[in-house]
Amino acid sequence: MTAPGEEQPVTSGFIRSYVITNGRDLPDADGFSLVTLVTIAPDREPPARLSPELRSVWDLCSGGYLSVAEVAARLELPVGVVRLLLTDLADQGHLLRRAAPPPAQLVDRKILKEVLHGLQRRFG
Amino acid sequence: MDSNAASADSIYVPDAVQTAAKILVVGHFAVGKTTLIGTLSEIAPLRTEEKMTQAAAHVDDLRGAPDKKTTTVALDFGRLTLSDELVLYLFGTPGQQRFMQLWEDMARGALGALLLVDPSRLAETFPVIDLIEKYGLEFAIAVNSFDARSRYAEEELREALDLLPHTPVVYCDARDQHSSAQALITLIQHLLARAS
Repeated sequence: MTAPGEEQPVTSGFIRSYVITNGRDLPDADGFSLVTLVTIAPDREPPARLSPELRSVWDLCSGGYLSVAEVAARLELPVGVVRLLLTDLADQGHLLRRAAPPPAQLVDRKILKEVLHGLQRRFG
Repeated sequence: MDSNAASADSIYVPDAVQTAAKILVVGHFAVGKTTLIGTLSEIAPLRTEEKMTQAAAHVDDLRGAPDKKTTTVALDFGRLTLSDELVLYLFGTPGQQRFMQLWEDMARGALGALLLVDPSRLAETFPVIDLIEKYGLEFAIAVNSFDARSRYAEEELREALDLLPHTPVVYCDARDQHSSAQALITLIQHLLARAS
């Protein structure tokens, strides 16, 4: 017997994320913040059996550095799912990353000055 | 546009870039966050989604556990390559209190926040200021004044928003690049002053 509400449609987005991740929990943001820059290490061959989503991450990230947020947006995948896929690639040694400034660090005057000068150069 | 030439031919960040900095563009619904980001960004603004679990206000008696549900929040963002070694990302961050978990993630590592204010809807800015203060972000106010007639005098606005004397207030038009850039520059100058 079907209880009322049981047949409510589950959104396709949910199913898609669940299948892509094999139902694994999504990693937290520690390893890959939104602005961590990532790229596929040079001279790497893609593993023989990549899922379509890992393949799309591989193809996009082979061209140069992008932030985690950009990878997610350009592939139209939720950020959490992209973090998991990037973790898989990193675990296999395929990924290079340039980390954002560590969270606990006090805001660096040097970075602020660089931002200020960059903005003034660009828009001044 | 001249200033966009460096990245017009590529979606990628230049290879030499070592540091990616983040600034939050915050404010209530429809205040012009995405407009300002689009005005300044060298790439067409992108949208990504973060899933968050939020605890509902009530407890489900049948299961004896807090009723948690997952919501999806859309984040609009843009990018500015500011030197050979530095890119800046601008993240639009929605100001509703129910997005607190998102704020915790977004605030981590952010240089500061530019708070967009619509002078005709001042009350909607109060909860956003609460969030900014809760997460200890330094900020500047950019009054997005489409209409000069709705301008508050700065003193009135400071009083209404209960601002500290050192918090900068600038007027800007989020559709105008020069004006939006000036607002961002004011924020960075404030951050530098506060970091010394």
